[in-house]
Amino acid sequence: MMTTPNISTKVYIPRDSSALSMGAEKVAAAIAQEAKKRGLEITIIRNGSRGLYWLETMVEVATEQGRVAYGPVKAKDVPSLFDADFLQAKTHPLSLGLTEEIDWLKKQQRLTFARVGITDPVSLDDYIAHDGYKGLKKALTLSGAEIVKAVTDSGLRGRGGAAFPTGIKWNTVLGCKSDQKYIVCNADEGDSGTFSDRMIMEDDPFVLIEGMTIAGVAVGATQGYIYLRSEYPHALKALNEAIVKAEAAGYLGENICGSTHTFNLEVRRAAGAYVCGEETSLLESLEGKRGLVRFKPPLPAIEGLFGKPTVVNNVISLATVPIILDKGAQYYADYGMGRSRGTLPIQLAGNLKHGGLVELAFGITLRELLYDYGGGSATGKPIRAVQVGGPLGAFLPESQFDTPLDYEAFNNIWAVLGHGGIVAFDDTVDMAKMARYAFEFCAIESCGKCTPCRIGSTRGVEVIDKIIAGTDTVKNIKLVRDLSDTMLNGSLCALGGMTPYPVLSAMNHFPEDFGIAK
Amino acid sequence: MQDLQSKQDLDAKLGALISEHQHMPGALMPLLHAIQDNIGYVPESSYSQIGRALSLSVAEVHGVVTFYHHFRTHKPGRHVMQICRAESCQSMGSEALEAHAKKCLNVDYHQTTSDDAITLEAVYCLGNCALSPAVMMDEEVYGRVSAEDLDALIAEAKA
Ligand SMILES: NC(=O)c1ccc[n+]([C@@H]2O[C@H](COP(=O)([O-])OP(=O)(O)OC[C@H]3O[C@@H](n4cnc5c(N)ncnc54)[C@H](O)[C@@H]3O)[C@@H](O)[C@H]2O)c1
Ligand SMILES: Cc1cc2nc3c(=O)[nH]c(=O)nc-3n(C[C@H](O)[C@H](O)[C@H](O)COP(=O)(O)O)c2cc1C
Ligand code: SF4
Ligand code: FES
Repeated sequence: MMTTPNISTKVYIPRDSSALSMGAEKVAAAIAQEAKKRGLEITIIRNGSRGLYWLETMVEVATEQGRVAYGPVKAKDVPSLFDADFLQAKTHPLSLGLTEEIDWLKKQQRLTFARVGITDPVSLDDYIAHDGYKGLKKALTLSGAEIVKAVTDSGLRGRGGAAFPTGIKWNTVLGCKSDQKYIVCNADEGDSGTFSDRMIMEDDPFVLIEGMTIAGVAVGATQGYIYLRSEYPHALKALNEAIVKAEAAGYLGENICGSTHTFNLEVRRAAGAYVCGEETSLLESLEGKRGLVRFKPPLPAIEGLFGKPTVVNNVISLATVPIILDKGAQYYADYGMGRSRGTLPIQLAGNLKHGGLVELAFGITLRELLYDYGGGSATGKPIRAVQVGGPLGAFLPESQFDTPLDYEAFNNIWAVLGHGGIVAFDDTVDMAKMARYAFEFCAIESCGKCTPCRIGSTRGVEVIDKIIAGTDTVKNIKLVRDLSDTMLNGSLCALGGMTPYPVLSAMNHFPEDFGIAK
Repeated sequence: MQDLQSKQDLDAKLGALISEHQHMPGALMPLLHAIQDNIGYVPESSYSQIGRALSLSVAEVHGVVTFYHHFRTHKPGRHVMQICRAESCQSMGSEALEAHAKKCLNVDYHQTTSDDAITLEAVYCLGNCALSPAVMMDEEVYGRVSAEDLDALIAEAKA
């Protein structure tokens, strides 16, 4: 039976930049135009991405049973979607069924990403209708110490990579007496293979704003800065739009929600230096200087921005705070394994068929992620190596694919979970080239403050070049190991200090690529 | 981006941007961004004016501008094409894409095509790693970019 829609049908088309990178803007224009041509009333909502990126542009239509998805949609598919009556949720070769029933999504445990892809990112009403600002409301009934305790009890550890307990960091700032304190969000997301920070900022910016506001209320900070990488223009727009709306509605500024608390927030753009993701380099940059790494101590928690006590946290750490306050510390801590509590927004990237965002409790294995979620390599060849934790993370061979995602389990195999980015390589990868690149990247991005990193990285490139050319292999391998040792032990920050992870893991697990017997 | 012809135009624009930003805490970075957004680059001739306003030496301003990859001190082409060179994109063939771009445009990184249409830059991750290889043209990202896609982007930019 054909029923003509008498109320305007809601059609969801993502505004997330990865969806845009697959033509979402053209799809949206084509759908609007086709609807007009056919005299059909529709309301287009530009939502965030569900994170099933291989299916972008994913178009959803609201029905009484829930939202129905189609993808990957190209602009040229639009007339046929209308012909098939997709506005009535009818089938089409691109039909994916009910979105919430898509296995890949259904099996996830989305806490931090609860709203991502569902709501209109810059609609405050939508945010509030989907449990937004419940965490802040709760926080405003608690003392600073009680808020900090909830964060500590949740077991949340820094999602930027170093996994330091967030509550303990906040407690240090809470304990400092000062006329001014700051909340700084590290949104520099420099790691290759990571995009969860970007997704939060583009697809649910209010949750980050709420998390930072709670942090401010907790430790007594009245000013926040989001240090955003310059490569993310869409995140900049979404954040600024959301900040204006939050201010207008009394969620930012003075007397937040009628309380006595003040919290102001501003986005500051970075300028393409990877090292400025390191927290002290970031603070230098915010102060208007070159991003030279500072000596620690003093910790930023004690002497941070402009010398004042400062909470520096990653986007995901801060965006996870609202749900912890709303649902309680125990609710969050009930997920996970060992000392890795809660969930991790995992990013599947590189040579995988099904790349995207998978949020799950800690404990899932790499193999499950690569094959059950990732669908194996995009090229159809065997997956030979996987780099976890960005350019400073180790390469893992197949024999380590059964490692569970857990900070300690990764430490035990001399690897790092970092920011949860997983980059897969098929069997065409040349691991000597990857090791060379690791040194090269370190040389390009080094802040230059200490010798092992500044000189060692350049020297590393030269030595690997000799190994690749087959010159004095044994001697040069030893040189790389010595050099790595110096960098591991003598660098001021993890850029120089962790570059040996990709280099040595490549060499140890894939010696044949360096011209030595396995 | 505005095309500022005369030195007076440039100085006036700079002056306006400086007075708009100089009182922010940590004003230098937002100011440099504003200059580059408006003028297309940060002219070396602006350092002394910036320095005077923020109580910095010319050498300090120079140090900051050159520390950050994003800031450029020369006028770019009409479009800026950034090719991602980072690991995820490498795993999906970005190296071949880089070579293809350099050949088609007949430039290396940090150079501009002879018709002034495109400046080519390297970038290290665009946050589009699930859809590698990725390229950014001005402020738009493109995913799963093939050599043909790149040709189309170039043709569009040159038109
Ligand atoms: N997300 C990315 O894009 C990215 C990029 C490069 C590196 N990383 C990660 O960064 C990590 C290294 O970061 P780091 O050098 O900041 O690590 P770190 O161990 O020095 O510090 C971790 C955090 O804990 C804080 N801290 C430590 N002791 C404290 C105390 N007693 N009280 C209060 N706060 C305290 C620090 O100030 C910092 O914020 C690496 O493990 C890597 O995985 C992430
Ligand atoms: C070279 C380098 C780059 C870093 N880049 C980032 C980054 O982009 N984002 C981030 O959150 N942390 C990054 N970190 C880690 C930060 O120094 C710091 O640990 C983090 O922001 C603290 O927040 P968290 O506790 O919430 O993780 C980097 C560290 C190093 C050494
Ligand atoms: S290790 Fe490298 S980036 Fe870190 S402080 Fe030393 S020179 Fe700077
Ligand atoms: S590595 Fe190229 S987009 Fe992330």
